[in-house]
Amino acid sequence: MNYNVNEKGYYGEFGGAYIPEMLYPNVEELRQNYLKVMAEPEFKKEFDQLLKDYVGRPSPLYLAKRLSEKYNTKVYLKREDLNHTGAHKVNNTIGQILMAKRLKKTRIIAETGAGQHGVATATVCALMGMKCVVYMGEIDIARQAPNVARMKMLGAEVRPALSGSKTLKDATNEAIRDWINNPVDTHYIIGSAIGPHPYPDMVTKFQSIISEEIKWQLKEKEGRENPDYVVACIGGGSNAAGTYYHFLDQKEVGIIAVEAAGKGVDSGESAATSALGQEGIIHGCKTLLMQTKDGQITEPYSISAGLDYPGVGPLHAHLYKSGRGEFYSATDDEAMLAGLELTKLEGIIPAIESSHALAIFKHKTFKPDDVVVISLSGRGDKDLDNYIKYFNL
Amino acid sequence: MNRINQKMQEDKKLLSIYFTAGYPSLNDTVKIIQDLEASGIDMIEIGLPFSDPLADGPTIQNSSTAALKNGMTTNILFEQLKDIRKTVSIPLILMGYFNPMLQYGVEAFCAKCQEIGIDGLILPDLPLAVYQDEYEAIFKKHDLKNVFLITPQTSDERIKQIDDASNAFIYMVSSASVTGSKSGFGNTQETYFERIASMKLNNPQIVGFGINNADTFNQATKNAKGAIIGSAFIKHLTKNGVNTISKFVSKIR
Repeated sequence: MNYNVNEKGYYGEFGGAYIPEMLYPNVEELRQNYLKVMAEPEFKKEFDQLLKDYVGRPSPLYLAKRLSEKYNTKVYLKREDLNHTGAHKVNNTIGQILMAKRLKKTRIIAETGAGQHGVATATVCALMGMKCVVYMGEIDIARQAPNVARMKMLGAEVRPALSGSKTLKDATNEAIRDWINNPVDTHYIIGSAIGPHPYPDMVTKFQSIISEEIKWQLKEKEGRENPDYVVACIGGGSNAAGTYYHFLDQKEVGIIAVEAAGKGVDSGESAATSALGQEGIIHGCKTLLMQTKDGQITEPYSISAGLDYPGVGPLHAHLYKSGRGEFYSATDDEAMLAGLELTKLEGIIPAIESSHALAIFKHKTFKPDDVVVISLSGRGDKDLDNYIKYFNL
Repeated sequence: MNRINQKMQEDKKLLSIYFTAGYPSLNDTVKIIQDLEASGIDMIEIGLPFSDPLADGPTIQNSSTAALKNGMTTNILFEQLKDIRKTVSIPLILMGYFNPMLQYGVEAFCAKCQEIGIDGLILPDLPLAVYQDEYEAIFKKHDLKNVFLITPQTSDERIKQIDDASNAFIYMVSSASVTGSKSGFGNTQETYFERIASMKLNNPQIVGFGINNADTFNQATKNAKGAIIGSAFIKHLTKNGVNTISKFVSKIR
């Protein structure tokens, strides 16, 4: 089985570029150039340097002793939460802003749900002096005020998405429409491993620094490069794609995905795409997505805004369908409790997205000598309001 | 011969209208089609509403959302159209996004279209390469003409590929924009219209996006075979309902 994207942009049967002709020149320009640009020594040097000096990489691989004791296995946390801007998102925005510069683009657009990708995009635009417009659902703008303020401080214009359900899906639609209206000077920084080819592959490759580091860090700590399992939460799936990337062909490494079950997979308020989705087209790619029998895309729900997406990246659809990945889902309650547990045991307040990955222990029992690496994709500062409300703090 | 091909041979500039099926009311579909034909419209694009219309501006987003709220589905649209050929003879094209068709089943969808008397399809997010690799044979089997879009940014080389793959007409998007966002044409459009005319393509071109009155219709059809009006017609329906369709058409030509 091959887990890399093929020359037509597919992972197995998923992927491709199902885009209106208006987007073809942009996407084609990117497709023809992205691998070439990423292979340039100058590009690599600049990317690596910024990841080191600006983002603060490598992010630590931390042996969580008390968590390990509690679940009687060996748990390492990959600390993406310690990155500048507080999550893994910045790995991708650094890569893409450098790509945009190489393609001589002068204006950046992005979509954001909770605002993490919007902040990471606004940050690199400030760094590079580029014009930045972030689309955000009107409802998300209201419930994520601090991130909206951060983006504004960073010089970005935050435009409300007023269509549909006024959340992430609609913000993505608006960003795509903006790109249709501005086909020459603009680069669209997609925040997850979704969208038309080459986006899923490009985002995965920029995020693959996560698993690249895990390999050498684990070698130092355990004397071996490969853990028994890598675990990540999945919305669109960018932190998961980066966490899995260098282990996809290592059969001995178990790939574990945790989706957001919301109020329960069958409650009608869920974002567990692998369980509830059918094959279809969303935002330019063929993948699994939540939809009606009639092919209308439905609204997901999760307490975590970052997992509140009705689709999943095509790589993950392939991992699910091929059986390479084990897919679980954690409810809001399970995730919130797992987040609180990590806080109490290790002194780390995780993002609610990452708390879903931590809830794996409610669903799977590991062996005492298993080495389990969990991607702690983001920190919980942005979620304090949610934690306060949920636990009556 | 397919009705679209026949229509393209007529010695006149063609006026085509797009509307969203299920809007303003669920059961307006047949009346709108009949009134459009009675008003002298040459061809109709029947929009199958989609929850996430990426290439559409606010007007068609709103009509799509309203149509879905009214309960429009693929099955209901097919049911509404089942006797349409008893009363309507101009070319009818279904326009929609690819996902609803994919869920219905591409082969079943095409067979149903043929049964009803649909002449062609416009699916903005079904790309040329995928169409050719996977679906062209099915479309042809059911005598459905697939219509591709070109824009001012489309390269000559790609336009030639699209011309080769087309067998009815080419949908010329007038500017880099979503539907309904610009009105009036400037120098950029003039240059683009002339560039396309000078390419001497095999397929006639019908211009869409940005046409909303007699002036823009005449400008668009100076070189092209015809023009499509969408958002402006939807706005008319929103404001005036379905009883003054001929009045809208008479203002265009």
